[in-house]
Amino acid sequence: MNKRHIYLDNNATTPCDPRVVETMVPYFYEHPGNAASRNHPFGWVAEEAVDYAREQIANLIEVDPKEIIFTSGATESDNLALKGVFEMYSRKGNHIITAKTEHKAVLDSCQKIEKMGGEVTYLDVDREGRINLKELEAAIKENTILVSIMWANNETGVIQPMKEIGEICRKHGVLFMSDATQAVGKIPVKPKEVGIHLMSFSAHKMYGPKGVGALFVNRKGPRVKVTAQIDGGGHERGMRSGTLNVPGIVGFGKAAEIAKKEMAQDAERVSKLRDKLEKALMANLEEVYLNGSKEHRMPNVTNLSFKHVEGEGLMMTFNQEIAVSSGSACTSASLEPSYVLVALGLGDDLAHSSIRFSLGRFTTDEEIDFAIEALTKGVSHMRDLSPIWEMYKEGIDLESIEWSEH
Amino acid sequence: MAYSNKVLDHFKNPRNVGTLDKSSKNVGTGLVGAPECGDVMRLQIEVDQSSGMIKDAKFKTFGCGSAIASSSLATEWLKGKSIDEALSIDNMEIVEELALPPVKIHCSVLAEDAIKSAIKDYQEKNGINTENEGSVEGA
Repeated sequence: MNKRHIYLDNNATTPCDPRVVETMVPYFYEHPGNAASRNHPFGWVAEEAVDYAREQIANLIEVDPKEIIFTSGATESDNLALKGVFEMYSRKGNHIITAKTEHKAVLDSCQKIEKMGGEVTYLDVDREGRINLKELEAAIKENTILVSIMWANNETGVIQPMKEIGEICRKHGVLFMSDATQAVGKIPVKPKEVGIHLMSFSAHKMYGPKGVGALFVNRKGPRVKVTAQIDGGGHERGMRSGTLNVPGIVGFGKAAEIAKKEMAQDAERVSKLRDKLEKALMANLEEVYLNGSKEHRMPNVTNLSFKHVEGEGLMMTFNQEIAVSSGSACTSASLEPSYVLVALGLGDDLAHSSIRFSLGRFTTDEEIDFAIEALTKGVSHMRDLSPIWEMYKEGIDLESIEWSEH
Repeated sequence: MAYSNKVLDHFKNPRNVGTLDKSSKNVGTGLVGAPECGDVMRLQIEVDQSSGMIKDAKFKTFGCGSAIASSSLATEWLKGKSIDEALSIDNMEIVEELALPPVKIHCSVLAEDAIKSAIKDYQEKNGINTENEGSVEGA
């Protein structure tokens, strides 16, 4: 087989759909205007393009276009939502509830908030990766202002019980924010249906360009406000200053339009490929474990642990051809494996052995066949090299060994 | 992160993978690291009793590419060396040979530990007193 590159890392970023790129191109040179230039045609054209994109995006998640605030990406949206609510609602309270498996943009914002005098509760998740609703409800206090729970997890694809969380928040009069970056454009996401007041998402996870994202901010019942974190010209209704990234926003809009039209068929096709990959690897190899809920998860993701094989080493057997991610953190100075998998209750050893496959719109059946073969070979190669696999095969209880921690 | 060609070569064509009879008196076995840390190395040496030279070395490693390359290289270096020569192998020599980046230096440390641990096992089995040499801890 020829040298090839198979991209199964769509949760990291998706390729920009060629139809999206085509829509963006005129806004670099032909239509160079600043959307905030109100007194000449260049500005009007840019503003019109931004308005149209705002509608396309609002349409995808079924909200009012006025409720979309453009940002540079989901990380900025998370920062704006959390810190913005914390500042805006400081008179109501200072307590925020989130979960241990949230994205770093949420967790690190929460840590900053703690330094600023806030109080944060980090909920545990169960073996499936989902939060416990009773624990959530019990954690809500007088001074709780916000619950922030992601829609779908980036590492495992696990989907949280959004509707139930929304009900609890409504019952207690607490704002509900969600980082829905991995879900929007891939599965139906309707924040109003589940009672979400603020929601972060990003273009580059849904076949749009990098560098542009959005924060949905509910305008009616209740009217939610956030304190701006970037000050300047008062763009985006004062919540986010800075010249709008017009080509990026145009691309984001087109990506949303395509997603709305093709989401159902994409999800069906991709989930079949994902299931095929998962089943074949489990049939070909022993001791393969699925991480996170099988039932409540994204159609394009599977996170598997290959016991007694180290993830990064395994990736090296095929990373010239196939791009995936590992929960092993052998490259980081801390040497600590994925905190998300550890929160699910996996031992560190299984977390080190994990690989995340995230498929996408452009993944083909042939690529999955190639990946199955490469993974099967790679795992076998690594197990031949693995002393702990050999011990396991000899029936030695690995727990009984006194390991030298280092 | 890009790996050096030498790491890639050892990773793709690891030298001396395998298992020696650990119950044999001539064989010393070192098992270092921990599954929880993402690295386990098992390094074994077989010593020629008459000459005191290491005549064979084998390894198996659970770990990243650099850990596998470090242990593979270590087995290459060990063959034909005396115990004293083997004890003088320093992890920084492995770092240099494989051009390991700073985040991977622990792999070379682990390989050095594995060498020392295998030698210690051999010496203990054969009643060799290493106390005076001071190079092996807790002998």
